[in-house]
Amino acid sequence: MFSEYLIEYLKVFAVGGAICLIGQILINHTKITTSRILVFFMLLGGLFEILGLYKYLVEFGGSGATVPISGFGSVLVKGAFEAVEEFGVIGIITGGMSGAAMGISAAILFGFIFALIFKARTKEK
Amino acid sequence: MQRKGNQTYIFDNPPYIIGAYSVVGPKEAEGNFGDYYDLRLENDTFEEKSYEKAECKMHKTAMENAVNKAGLTFKDIDTIISGDISNQITASSFSARGHDAMYLGLYSACATFGEAALVGSMLICGGFMDKLLCSTSSHFSSAERQYRYPLELGNQRPPAAQWTVTGAGAVVIAKTGKSGAPRITGGTVGKITDLGITDVNNMGAAMAPAACECLYTHFKESGREPSYYDLILTGDLGKYGRDMTRYLLKEKGLDLPETFNDCGAMIFKDEQETFQGGSGAGCSSSVFASFIYKQMSSGHLNKVLLVPTGALLSKTSSEQGESIPGIAHAISIEVL
Amino acid sequence: MDKNTYPEFVKKTSPKTRKLKTMLWAFVVGGLICCVGEAIKDIIDKYFNLTAVQLSALATMSMIFLGSFFTALGLYDKLGRKAGAGSIVPITGFANSIVSSAIEHNREGVVFGICAQMFTIAGPVIVFGIALSCVAGLVKLLIIG
Repeated sequence: MFSEYLIEYLKVFAVGGAICLIGQILINHTKITTSRILVFFMLLGGLFEILGLYKYLVEFGGSGATVPISGFGSVLVKGAFEAVEEFGVIGIITGGMSGAAMGISAAILFGFIFALIFKARTKEK
Repeated sequence: MQRKGNQTYIFDNPPYIIGAYSVVGPKEAEGNFGDYYDLRLENDTFEEKSYEKAECKMHKTAMENAVNKAGLTFKDIDTIISGDISNQITASSFSARGHDAMYLGLYSACATFGEAALVGSMLICGGFMDKLLCSTSSHFSSAERQYRYPLELGNQRPPAAQWTVTGAGAVVIAKTGKSGAPRITGGTVGKITDLGITDVNNMGAAMAPAACECLYTHFKESGREPSYYDLILTGDLGKYGRDMTRYLLKEKGLDLPETFNDCGAMIFKDEQETFQGGSGAGCSSSVFASFIYKQMSSGHLNKVLLVPTGALLSKTSSEQGESIPGIAHAISIEVL
Repeated sequence: MDKNTYPEFVKKTSPKTRKLKTMLWAFVVGGLICCVGEAIKDIIDKYFNLTAVQLSALATMSMIFLGSFFTALGLYDKLGRKAGAGSIVPITGFANSIVSSAIEHNREGVVFGICAQMFTIAGPVIVFGIALSCVAGLVKLLIIG
């Protein structure tokens, strides 16, 4: 029982860590900014989903593949696919937002609430 | 003739620095010049609601106390010459409002203090004015949000980056003063120098050619050797920019002695992890109004060349892919 | 030195990132954040009877809440300074980019400060995300079928 969990979590750790590691290599070798990293990994995840490959990564790595922003890209694509199946042409427009609804809405909501309460602090280092 | 060559001035009747005051934030207070600053803030918000307001209050405090230390009131001050790097120099102009004095706002990014002191000295030497107040300021958190990213963003600062100094420095310059007071004996007005650096995270590299140009011209036109000065300090090149300036000057056949250093490279300690050191319009002014002024007044230093350096970019210009023009102005301060 | 040789020289001599150290940090922190996500999923799954879609949506929301909350407390930027991509790439980093922009500008008011500035960093993600889904929809419609 315990060793099953351990292996499961090790896989999550390895896959998630590896995706972030690629990001760090990009930071170290190019002048990539936060926005570009996020966009790059989201598009990469979306591309793998379109090619039908991302699901294998999710099967193997679980949250290691869904927590990184590339998982967000794959959710967007999945949403679009489902919407097209259901509504046809209109699904092209509606699909993305329906897939990403939770991610975007939650971030905007928390951002709004916390911005009303908290203040930005000076960095110490 | 007070003008030597094209860019350099040696004044016949050097004006006196009769008062100086510096205000810095908590991180700067923990740095290498901690004991020299007149006011060390425990909190860099300075009991204000925003960092812009805090910078303004720091600037105002420095101005008022410099005038007090000179034993004057604002009625005696002919004009205030000041600048900063916060949104169309609002910190300076807001600090000057409410005071009964003429006001000249300047912008040369982090070289503003050099520009202000040089323009001020020229106004006095030209016989136009008697007493002036020169001041500049910068604030880490107001600069960070204006030029870079939100404070709470979890990004990594690149290794060539510098840390904007939270500080303000003000000096009162006058036609007459006591003997033994530091005097601005001359200076060199810099030219815009741009060698095609576009990396906004490496200001030292962008400004080093300007510092090199200014220093080279100063020594050539004034006829002084680098060994003439007890201390040659550039403004905020940081460690990398300082070493690059030394290298560029060596290439031109000018060897700088051990007395050459940089305010930005000296202001913080290594363990404060600012990487290349400090930057910002408040860097050279707060170091001058504290460490240099006090060392000169107490007789430990007699001849100092201060060369504040500035990177004249905006967020828009760098987003449009423009390279970063640099500027540097030299002022020589001596106890005669 | 001129405009051609100087940038080259600077590129060669400018200080470099300590690669191994930053890569290790990114790997470990990124992996751990994903493990937190997995743990949240496991815990929700244990106590509530949810479908797979509901479960992953709830787990995503929890991660975004954590990212936002630690940003608001002023801790996420401290983590990011060490972890780099390890805390940018996970969805918590997306939340951080939105919440940090929003908090940064709250002194400029609710409408022009918080609401308008919220997307200065994360905006491209949303724009490209929508574009991506439209392309994906087209691919599905025309190619995959």
